[in-house]
Amino acid sequence: MPGSFKESEESMKYDIVLCGVGGQGGISVSVVIARAAMAEGLRVKQSEVHGMSQRGGEVLAHLRLGTEEPASPIIPRGSASLILSFEPLEGLRYLPWLSAEQGTMISAVTPIKNIPNYPDIDSVLAEINALPRKVLVDADALAREAGNVRAANIVLVGVASRFLPLKEENLKNAIRELFARKGEALVDINLKAFEYGRNYNS
Amino acid sequence: MAQETLMGDEAIAYAAVHAGLSGAFAYPGTPSTEIMETLQELAAKIPQDSPNRFVAQWCTNEKTAYESALGASFAGRRAMVSMKHVGLNVAMDPFVNSGLVNINGGLVVVVADDPGMHSSQDEQDSRLLADFARIPCFEPATQQEAYDMTYEAFDYSEKHHCPVLIRITTRLAHSRSIVDIRDQKSQNLIKKPEGMDWILMPAVARRRWKEVIARQSMLSEESNAVKWNLLSKGSKALGVITTGLALQYYKENLADYRAAKGSDPMHLHIGFFPMPTELIRSLYETCDEILVIEDGYPYVEHLLRGIVPGKPVHGKEDGTIPYDGELNADIVRKALGLLENKGLMVKNISLVGRPPQLCQGCPHADSYTALKEALKGYMLYAVTSDIGCYTLGALPPYSAIETTVDMGASVGMARGAAEVGLEPVVAVIGDSTFYHSGLTNLLDAVSHKTNMKVLILDNSTTGMTGAQPTILPSSQLEPILKGCGIDPAHIRILRAHKMDNEKNVAVIKEELAYRGPSVIVMVRECLEALKKARKA
Repeated sequence: MPGSFKESEESMKYDIVLCGVGGQGGISVSVVIARAAMAEGLRVKQSEVHGMSQRGGEVLAHLRLGTEEPASPIIPRGSASLILSFEPLEGLRYLPWLSAEQGTMISAVTPIKNIPNYPDIDSVLAEINALPRKVLVDADALAREAGNVRAANIVLVGVASRFLPLKEENLKNAIRELFARKGEALVDINLKAFEYGRNYNS
Repeated sequence: MAQETLMGDEAIAYAAVHAGLSGAFAYPGTPSTEIMETLQELAAKIPQDSPNRFVAQWCTNEKTAYESALGASFAGRRAMVSMKHVGLNVAMDPFVNSGLVNINGGLVVVVADDPGMHSSQDEQDSRLLADFARIPCFEPATQQEAYDMTYEAFDYSEKHHCPVLIRITTRLAHSRSIVDIRDQKSQNLIKKPEGMDWILMPAVARRRWKEVIARQSMLSEESNAVKWNLLSKGSKALGVITTGLALQYYKENLADYRAAKGSDPMHLHIGFFPMPTELIRSLYETCDEILVIEDGYPYVEHLLRGIVPGKPVHGKEDGTIPYDGELNADIVRKALGLLENKGLMVKNISLVGRPPQLCQGCPHADSYTALKEALKGYMLYAVTSDIGCYTLGALPPYSAIETTVDMGASVGMARGAAEVGLEPVVAVIGDSTFYHSGLTNLLDAVSHKTNMKVLILDNSTTGMTGAQPTILPSSQLEPILKGCGIDPAHIRILRAHKMDNEKNVAVIKEELAYRGPSVIVMVRECLEALKKARKA
């Protein structure tokens, strides 16, 4: 399992930083992964940011999975196995939380430039490309191909599924559960988005 | 046993319902808002004819919410009031004095503090206010404890006839974990208190105060034996005291500490106040050095350090832990003398911040554009403002407001500035904040015919906290303003839209030229509220 913290057969912990800009569906992704983890009998702790910072600013969630109940609701620095970023600059913001030895960065490539001083996007992507373990993906394009650009967040779950210590079927079930009340069509689009992400080769 | 995955706020709401809650009251405020939202969701699921039905209401402000809860307790039923930390300042009068009455139905006061000021204007620590009111305070470390403490707090309140404060912080409020759920209790029947213990006229209050002092001393004794306060053995070299959520940051580092130092420190965890003085003394006397880890003020640490020199006590006051900001596992790691964890660093670009901003197309933006244009040409003027999304008007490109202090202060401060000669003055306030605490200031302005303008941004919602409905609809605002005594010729209702900008600028200019109290209402619905309504 690449990137996972398998300390021994008995004990496992896996910390994920989820980040982006308000309105990108980060909370849904957190719910999908958390439900899949619980289906496997793992303990889960998840932390979100509400309130003022939701207004067009940075959005951040910490998701901690483990055979033991994770203690802190927020991830200590240098210990995340995965950064799952819906926006490239936001992914870089949380690099200090990524494990230098084993952490992987998965990021969408499309910048959200709602600030006047957004850095040069090529430099931002180059910064991610220079990381030891990374996947950069045009999640919007794959989501559009799957049928709805709003499924970009689930494309990223698909990419992450290759790294997460979770069974593919449990992630798919969680996606089915989450979108069930929005209709069969949306379930199918999101499952397709998941597949496109899972099969994506950078 | 049933389980649910719950945020701290949700766990508290579930526990209150399961403990037999009859009435819950609140005003929205991050990070406490989701308590009432969850209560309302749970209430909607209970059948009409069920004996478990309860009331869950948003109120005008924290003081009115608190007094409603107090009335429910007077009636003998279990009541909860929830608010953010600064909301307790608004409710301070009923809060402190409810400590003196002989609480009847269990009264639980949930206060969500915001260390790090994620969405607040200060870092005040509500544990000190529980102490000030001489009432007990629970400080949960996990979502499970938030549930269990709330569930038991109602019994505790009825047993000791006092309000019980539950102090949580943003991080606990907004993080989730799996919570074991307990049995549903039935609600109390209506039963009024006997005697005169709820009439706080001086003769009664003097007697009650003596009883409160005796109660607090008894609770302090009991604090040494409650299950929430636990002293565990360990090395004498270091004694660690944690309170509430700080326990989790300590636990996060404990395995590494053991590996580095060979043993665990002696440890006291405090989840219940008043302070367990015997347990604290026992740890202090045994250990060579003490480290106190708590999120918020150095409350336990300050007490322990005292004035007279003693053993080394480490914490916020000696700089071992930063005095300000939110606690986390990395800070605790450093305080325990462990090597810093390092992740990766960005090398070649600047990580510019992405400050919060008004939504694209927000009506507040159009109101600010009109206001700024109308003020052009004045050499001297002032724009006071308030708490809400429109506080973001302080930032570019608007840079339109000059003050944000507390709920309703825009109107009072504009009045004071005008009374001492600063003219023109405009107070910018949202409709929800106006109802909360702006209204009484407007009465002062009418009474004294103060030359000030109030710009009410009426979007029919409490936007910043996730679009809760305001206490009264927009249609009620104009009659209220008239009823307050504002001259109807100087109540101007405008549509907050850029298409109306020219007209809006002209009207604001007219009112700026008028030397008396006037109110301009800028009306357009919040985009978030529209989105939420469409989803529902």
